[in-house]
Amino acid sequence: MPEELTTTHEAATHPALQHHFENMEQQREAGTLGMWVFLVTEMMFFGGMFLAYTLYRYKYPEAFAAASNHLSIYLGGINTVVLIFSSFTMAMAVFFTQVGKRRNSIVCLLLTIVLGATFLGIKAVEYKDKYRDSLIPGQLIPGRPFNPEVAKPGETDEHKLHLPPGATVKNVELFFWIYFAMTGMHALHMIIGIGLLTTMTIMAWRGRFGPEYYSPIEVSGLYWHFVDIVWIFLFPLLYLLGRHLESRLG
Amino acid sequence: MSEHIVQPRVYIAIFLVLMAGTGLTVVAAFRDFPGPLNAVVALTIAVVKATFVVLYFMHVRYSPRLIWLVIAAALFWMALLFALTISDYSTRGWLPVN
Repeated sequence: MPEELTTTHEAATHPALQHHFENMEQQREAGTLGMWVFLVTEMMFFGGMFLAYTLYRYKYPEAFAAASNHLSIYLGGINTVVLIFSSFTMAMAVFFTQVGKRRNSIVCLLLTIVLGATFLGIKAVEYKDKYRDSLIPGQLIPGRPFNPEVAKPGETDEHKLHLPPGATVKNVELFFWIYFAMTGMHALHMIIGIGLLTTMTIMAWRGRFGPEYYSPIEVSGLYWHFVDIVWIFLFPLLYLLGRHLESRLG
Repeated sequence: MSEHIVQPRVYIAIFLVLMAGTGLTVVAAFRDFPGPLNAVVALTIAVVKATFVVLYFMHVRYSPRLIWLVIAAALFWMALLFALTISDYSTRGWLPVN
């Protein structure tokens, strides 16, 4: 390789600088671009499921509203707050790394992980409730097919399904297919995110990051914020869509 | 991305905005708006919340235009996905075909 094409870095280059980048800033920009392109594929992935939700919601509005009202708005709401707060702690983890405060950034990473795990725990409680009420669709649980008890007019039992005129059990099951597909995929992404952040925490603990090299934390944050954004849409669409009809639907 | 370090007070402000948006969307969900407006309100609030997350938590506001272009491309693709599919389904039965 001709002399003039060799390195433009003088003195000490950062140990994390890869040979095919000019400097750390270019490397960081490339990493950020790469993560964004990946997030675009994720938007395509979830976009397809949001489309399925949209089509079937408009085809079976009564069933979808009734099914949605059966979800716990408290658990869904608490999860929303937990996840948005975890996005805040994630952003703070990036900030602390950028200003060289290693200890603070590790605390924020750990907080983000704990909040993510809290979200998953609450999700598990919700899934358990669906199992108890036989709302897990199809034959996903062998021996416990979709078979919710339908409330008779006037009954106020929360565990029973309240079906307004026009809603069928089959279409309620369709809602729950979409509910489990979307929240299940979302939860899988949370689990992957927690694994990612655990790796970041360990690396941060070992002093790998600092003001010159924080790109891995930054792109992990981009992933985490994206998962938060998916939930920001999932919560109103799955949990809130029929609430304004609750008094009428019974 | 420029070496612009977003200050914690910005993150705190955005977090509070997101909390307000969450509260608003729950309150609005229980109010009966005419026609399809409930969905419009809910989605508008969600889009505003997501925009704040993208611009500030994800630093896009301080990012190179190339990142903006990538995001715009994704949104354009989603717009096509929804527009073409919905226009297909919603016009079924308009023409007398077997």
